[in-house]
Amino acid sequence: MGWSFHGNLPVYLQIASKIRADIISGKYTAEEQIPPVRQLAYEAAVNPNTMQRALAQLEAEGLLIARGTVGRFVTENPEILAKARHKAADELIEAFLSGCREMGFESNEIMQMLIEKGDPSCQF
Amino acid sequence: MSILECRNLYKGYGNKKVLENMNISVPSGKIIGLLGPNGCGKSTLIKMICGLLVPDAGEIRVSGIPIGAETNRLISYLPERTYLNAGMSVTELITYFQEFYTDFDPHRARQMLDDLKIDPQAKIRTLSKGTREKVQLIMVMSRNARLYLLDEPIAGVDPASRDYILQTILQNYNPEATIIITTHLIYDIERVLDEFVFLGFGGEVIMSGNADDVRAQYGKTLDELFREVFRYVQ
Repeated sequence: MGWSFHGNLPVYLQIASKIRADIISGKYTAEEQIPPVRQLAYEAAVNPNTMQRALAQLEAEGLLIARGTVGRFVTENPEILAKARHKAADELIEAFLSGCREMGFESNEIMQMLIEKGDPSCQF
Repeated sequence: MSILECRNLYKGYGNKKVLENMNISVPSGKIIGLLGPNGCGKSTLIKMICGLLVPDAGEIRVSGIPIGAETNRLISYLPERTYLNAGMSVTELITYFQEFYTDFDPHRARQMLDDLKIDPQAKIRTLSKGTREKVQLIMVMSRNARLYLLDEPIAGVDPASRDYILQTILQNYNPEATIIITTHLIYDIERVLDEFVFLGFGGEVIMSGNADDVRAQYGKTLDELFREVFRYVQ
């Protein structure tokens, strides 16, 4: 039903991550108005107050701007968008690194694998 | 402002005490899960709020008003068992509800019946148990009430219909209204709740709070927390 969530993180933070990802990936573009709380809550099949809380979180990060009664819009500030994009990439990298280290890989091995999997012609 | 206020409630059946000095206050505009093991008094409490049972002692107020005809107008109640007249068709039932409740919205009811592919000409008698439950919930949610009391709304329906029912609750829910849901299927409903109340035996409030905060506080879902709090030791 609706969006899927896992157990150990509050649903509102998981929703915030999903909408943040939608903004970064361009599903919602700069200055675009996002759907109203009720519609998003219905889509996600969550309590409207939980959705409200997720959007407030994204407002606090500057990714969404509330315009009174009109609705919420994606920021047009390219710096905030770029920062969010890097932060999301950082989170993926952290998870990847800690996963590999848990399996006992050393840093140089991890880098080697990453280059081979990604683009072997890549030069630094 | 609280929509529901229960003070020093006592209720027993014969020698069996069900609620002992229960106190609870429910804020307006929220979806609340009233959760507890079998026999803890959830249905008893709900029936008292509807005026179907009278407390042995204590006081219940809905929107500040003592239980009576005036509060019954504000309440839309889904009982744990169906009470529908088996000889009526679904369409006759809509007419019946429309005559009975001034806040009943027949268009909303017909839309939901249509979404769930329930034949409005069918007699209640011919419907399966799960479908009867759906019809009854549709009737209850088609009213514009201030307080909805849903006693086990999804117990007998299949998972796909359960999803539809929860979305129906979300869609038709007016932010001014309050919904109290009792259920054992916590995993299915926790995402639609604002607040939860864990009731122990005797109607004691063991734990309550914001449903989503449980994950941050305990690192587990409300369903997992319930299983832990009410674990039976072998």
